[in-house]
Amino acid sequence: MGDILVVAEHLNGQLDEATFELIGMANGLGNTVVALIGGTDEMVSQLGAASKVVKVDAAADFNPESYGAALGAVADTVNPQVVLTTGSSMGMELANSLSAQKNWPLAVAATGVSANGSVKAQAALFGGKIIATTDLGSGPCIVAVVGGSAPADAGRKEGSPAVETVDAPAGAGKVHFKKLIMPESADVDITTKDVLVAIGRGIGSKDDIEVAEELAEALDAAVAASRPIIDAGWLPKSRQVGKSGLKVKPKVYIALGISGAPEHLEGMKNSSTIIAINSDKNAPIFDVAHYGMVADLFDVVEELTEALD
Amino acid sequence: MTFKTMVRKEKEQKSSFVEKDSAIVDGIDISGHWNKMYQPREVMNYDITPLEDLRALPGAESIGNCYQCAQCIGVCPIDNVGDYGPRKIYRKLQLGMNLLESVDLWQCTTCMNCLRVCPKEVNMIDIMPAAREKAILDGKEVPAELQEMFQNCAEYGNPMGESPRKRARWAKKADVEVKDLSKNPEPVDVLWFVGDYYAYHGRGNDAAQAMARVLTKLGVNFGTLGAEERCDGDSQRLAGEKGLYEMLAEHNIEKFNSLDFKKMVVSGPHAYNAIKNEYPKMGGTYDVDHYTQFLSAMMDKLKPLMTKEFGKKVTFHDPCYLGRHNGEYEAPRTLLNAIPGIQFSEMFRNKEQGYCCGGGGGGMWLDGFMADNINERLSENRVKEAIAVGAEVLAVCCPYEVSRFEDAVKSTGNEGKLEVLDIIEIIDRCIEE
Amino acid sequence: MKIVVPLKQVPDLVEDLELNDDGTGLDYEYLKMKLNEWDDHALEEAILTKEAGDAEVIAVALDGEDVDKMLFTALAKGADKAVKITGANPYAGNHEMAKVLANAISGMSPDLVLVGVQSAGDSDGWLAPLLAAHLGMPSVSVVTGLQVSGNTATVHKEYSGGIMAEFDVELPGVIGIQAARQTPRYAPVSKVRQIQQSATIEEVAAGDLGDVVTSTVEEMKHPEKGGGAKMLSDVEEIVEVLKEKGVA
Repeated sequence: MGDILVVAEHLNGQLDEATFELIGMANGLGNTVVALIGGTDEMVSQLGAASKVVKVDAAADFNPESYGAALGAVADTVNPQVVLTTGSSMGMELANSLSAQKNWPLAVAATGVSANGSVKAQAALFGGKIIATTDLGSGPCIVAVVGGSAPADAGRKEGSPAVETVDAPAGAGKVHFKKLIMPESADVDITTKDVLVAIGRGIGSKDDIEVAEELAEALDAAVAASRPIIDAGWLPKSRQVGKSGLKVKPKVYIALGISGAPEHLEGMKNSSTIIAINSDKNAPIFDVAHYGMVADLFDVVEELTEALD
Repeated sequence: MTFKTMVRKEKEQKSSFVEKDSAIVDGIDISGHWNKMYQPREVMNYDITPLEDLRALPGAESIGNCYQCAQCIGVCPIDNVGDYGPRKIYRKLQLGMNLLESVDLWQCTTCMNCLRVCPKEVNMIDIMPAAREKAILDGKEVPAELQEMFQNCAEYGNPMGESPRKRARWAKKADVEVKDLSKNPEPVDVLWFVGDYYAYHGRGNDAAQAMARVLTKLGVNFGTLGAEERCDGDSQRLAGEKGLYEMLAEHNIEKFNSLDFKKMVVSGPHAYNAIKNEYPKMGGTYDVDHYTQFLSAMMDKLKPLMTKEFGKKVTFHDPCYLGRHNGEYEAPRTLLNAIPGIQFSEMFRNKEQGYCCGGGGGGMWLDGFMADNINERLSENRVKEAIAVGAEVLAVCCPYEVSRFEDAVKSTGNEGKLEVLDIIEIIDRCIEE
Repeated sequence: MKIVVPLKQVPDLVEDLELNDDGTGLDYEYLKMKLNEWDDHALEEAILTKEAGDAEVIAVALDGEDVDKMLFTALAKGADKAVKITGANPYAGNHEMAKVLANAISGMSPDLVLVGVQSAGDSDGWLAPLLAAHLGMPSVSVVTGLQVSGNTATVHKEYSGGIMAEFDVELPGVIGIQAARQTPRYAPVSKVRQIQQSATIEEVAAGDLGDVVTSTVEEMKHPEKGGGAKMLSDVEEIVEVLKEKGVA
């Protein structure tokens, strides 16, 4: 069994929850080494579940080019069997960059990894309609893991792991980080609500959001949404749940007209109770929901709101 | 620019006047402010290029005929709930409006009520599609919902963007055999053109299944194009996507021509209009009936089958494309009057003067857009009328209308008071199993 | 400025996805293919960039079923030239596709390559960074805002929670587009047909691929349906659940 290299992810000075998920996953596969590029000592102290941390002193802000080159240098030192990255906007850049640099096979959108002889990754493809198992050979190889695929607690442990420092290589210097752009202050913090009423494409039109708002009011909940609703400009970005939005874990998540693309599931599948209402009985949302109902969402929501008032 | 701003600007332009210091007319001295008069104003001092440009489009010539009598305003269903009317279009064009970039371009439902009363035959049913086509080809902004519908029709052959392969799925639950001629092209008496809403919409499925059962009971030897059928294309044509209409029509005509049938029966007035009046221009001429026409010609057979009572108060909404566009007012009424136990009453606006549901000419896919321009949906206005005449059931015979009116029943707070049914569903309910 | 936009066809998810007999991939014979929606955004962004300044937009695709129609549609939307790469596997993974495209694109000496950030079937990575590596160009993906000025592209890369990072990319470069500034435009059918009559699609042969790193999909299956959810049939049951969880 070789080393499993986990690529830590951080944004705005904070380690991302997904890093701990990856460490937990890696500990089940072999000897875990964490690559921390541009991170702080404070971050190192949170990586107690790893056997070693390889640190590259680099700018604190992610840069696909320089961080990619740094990861290449770390990989040379560690010589891992498997490299695990997150499936996020940053993790995917690094996974692809490393694959291109080293000619190592790569599997993305992974929800599970096994390494018994050959490394295999399971992934949900085509909007969750297909589950694929990819054989990556005996390693080295790279797997980009979808957020929420493993419990974070298993990989979260304070401590002082051994730290090895690797010099940052000179990159091509063609990508320059300028600044972070923070979202306009959120009107509602959907991550702190006990109940969320989430709407998706099935809501049909902007005017119909009112129906969801009425239900939310009756439940003292907030209205959240999947990406298409945000892209259409019907709700602010602060309401977006999913891969490029927020991760939420309310007591109850009511999904209205949300089909359940993997990108959305990533943001809400850890909710304590998920109730899905969708007119399509084959919608993937029903696979993660605890309760489901195949119905016209307007009929249900109106009746539900009345019943609660 | 709104109409009001235009009128205000027009007034400002009028305000210059002349005043002669010395003037003696017929021996009377009216020097000074006595002779103040407005300066003669040239009517041509507006830029009428937009009007001329529009008039130059093939099909849009008759816009130039308008002499502002405003008969159309009284009957325009949109003006009733908003601020759009054919006369106003002409006036705004005179004042320099570019119709191709105006919200007015997408408001007309082509219901034809204006043409019915227009003494100058200003034909919005030709003008609007011509202008819309030009706007689409010029890359002007097209309302997003309409654009999505075009995209769906281009890709899947139906406005919903459903899988073309699933077009005949409704037939599985019809309880009777529905011949799929695309799989087994045997000769039939009647080729039934099912249409998008009957094929894909939940409530349309109900009507399609009812139709299959009624035709079977009548012993009609019928079949459908199954998964090979495509949207008729008429609403797409009227919404200005002529190329898309042609593509859909060519496909359907090719399929029709490969089959052996005597008569075609269509579920919807829009398909009826397309196949009767437009397909012949593309070389596809067929003996086509709307289903109400086909069935009303078989009353001697149909009437004895309807043995169950339907003792409800029913009113009927004339579809623009069956009524005004194609002059058929009697066939649906013949069917309704034959329903055992029915208590039928007309709405105030009926037959030639029937009120539009808002779904024609692309309006079916403009509800969100129109919400910003009208204070009440046309379907809501119509549902209130049905309630006002004491109806319990609003009978329709256009596949667009069931979902439109059912929505309107809910949004006007009349849920439980008014049921919306396709005539074929009522007939089906009256036939013993 | 020359902007190259690779366009990829992906299975249309409106149809049920059929698997091949040995369960190792999709059965492409029964699939309806359509333009990858992210590529449509990349094309839109390219055309918007062209309209805002001066640029030539070249759409490139691997030959396959209905590819001509897809390329004519791109021309109808405003692309200046369409190129089809023949002799390559249009269903290949992104590692192989990146190599095929790099062979064809490097000769065009583009200033900017805009690629849809992902596609629904991606199992071996993203096209943009892999293509950039072969072309020796810098790249940034998950971009929702793009501004080109001189030799620099200023891009906004999306992170989670609505945070974005601004980068300057020295051109030539490859950008993975998440969303164009506006909804991709619709190409009227008559315009597509008209272009079909008049325009031509250039063809280039896929060059030698050499060794391509690939991973092997050993199994594909449909997820087990409805395993999780307890299906309810009326609203009262939902109310019960909400009460049980203490939120109603």
